Amino acid sequence: MIEVVRAGALTTVQDLGRPGLAHLGVGRSGAADLGSLRLANRLVGNAEGAACLEITFGNFEARFDPAATVALAGAPCPVSLSGRDKFMYGPIQLIRNDRLSVGVPTAGVRTYLAVRGGIAVEPVLGARSTDVLSGVGPEPVVTGMRLPVGDDAIDAPCVDMAPVPPIPAEIVLRVLPGPRDDWFTPEALTTLTSQPYAVSPQSNRVGIRLTGPALDRARDGELAPEGLVSGAVQVPPSGEPVVFLADHPVTGGYPIIAVVAEPDICLAAQARPGQVVRFRRERR
Amino acid sequence: MSFVRAMPAGGGAVLIELDSLEQVIGLDAALRSTPPEGTVDLVPAARTVLVVFDTAATTADRVVADVSGRQIGPVVERAGPRVEVPVVYDGEDLDEVAAMSGLSPDEVVERHLRPEYRVAFCGFAPGFAYIVGGDPALRVPRRSSPRTAVPAGSVALADEFTGVYPRRMPGGWQLIGRTDALLWDLDRDPPALLPPGTRVRFVAARP
Repeated sequence: MIEVVRAGALTTVQDLGRPGLAHLGVGRSGAADLGSLRLANRLVGNAEGAACLEITFGNFEARFDPAATVALAGAPCPVSLSGRDKFMYGPIQLIRNDRLSVGVPTAGVRTYLAVRGGIAVEPVLGARSTDVLSGVGPEPVVTGMRLPVGDDAIDAPCVDMAPVPPIPAEIVLRVLPGPRDDWFTPEALTTLTSQPYAVSPQSNRVGIRLTGPALDRARDGELAPEGLVSGAVQVPPSGEPVVFLADHPVTGGYPIIAVVAEPDICLAAQARPGQVVRFRRERR
Repeated sequence: MSFVRAMPAGGGAVLIELDSLEQVIGLDAALRSTPPEGTVDLVPAARTVLVVFDTAATTADRVVADVSGRQIGPVVERAGPRVEVPVVYDGEDLDEVAAMSGLSPDEVVERHLRPEYRVAFCGFAPGFAYIVGGDPALRVPRRSSPRTAVPAGSVALADEFTGVYPRRMPGGWQLIGRTDALLWDLDRDPPALLPPGTRVRFVAARP
């Protein structure tokens, strides 16, 4: 059992999400930074898709009873175990009643806490993922909550510490044009892929909102709502783009000028308010 | 089948654009019964079907080739389940809808009750169905300023669609009535009362 002593700004249970239900109006959800969730799970010998805690901007503390093996990946935070400093990106052995404290990240936004065996809250529609937009999934984690730990570890932890590249000060996201790049002027795609954008504080698991040069449309009129993917760069009437993350709506009515390459969506999920994001056009 | 075009939506999805909602319903039904290899999600919408696929299992070209080879029969032959939705027609916007369509409120109700409808697609919120097949006279625009909270069960009109709000949420559709049918229930499989393809009849209920 994990007893949450301090939940932080937003902590949710996340796994790989619930694909296959978009036609009912339910998005995939799941970890915003899937790469870090997978890494944290591997470090404790879990299947890659076991449920973890996604901690937003750190400031989290929990007590473990009984003993447990945990690992942290994603946004780097100072970590201490009952007062002793510990490292991220490697397994940490806890004894009964140990208190794990996660400080504020020095870069990035989201830190993943995996516990060997996985977090065993009741799945909703096949997944242990909280979708903050639709409200589907387990309740967000609050102080005082007790989270059950499962027993689905598949392997012994076998790595002391994983090498992880730092989150860069300036984030570069590769994009593939389309599906609706033809709704924009040819200059719009050039602007998107050459000018810096700043991450707005109004960013969350649904998407990161950007401020910067407007992307002009080549045509007027309204687009009928159509299916959306994670990483879609949507341009609302203001002209300033939004990059959709895990809890994006299943359909949207503003045109998508480009889509972030799948491996870079994890990086987008670590972009902090105020941080500079650049887009690079990727060849098909 | 022939479609208008296929557009990449990132490396792991293809957006198929079609001429009409009828074609969307037909293609979605065909793909749903036997999905292309590697399909992760199928998202029908007003004029498009989005096919999300596993890049380890297939490619965009193979998905498009599969879609091109499909035979889409007339929609009527693909009879879906039939659901009756009881409605109390006392919506806040009923008089305004009547004024916009040049009918009396009673005529609006009578015309809304007449056709058999079909769920084209879902979106906006879990279990929110875009229902088509309504009387063209009842085609009204969204409200110019959306409500911050629309009660659960509200039956509403916008463009060519009827929708039923599965829960209390913001919304800009014109409210004509309400139902006590449970649109979204996690203990039901599927949880949506009105998944795509469902045939729908609205029936008048007493307040």
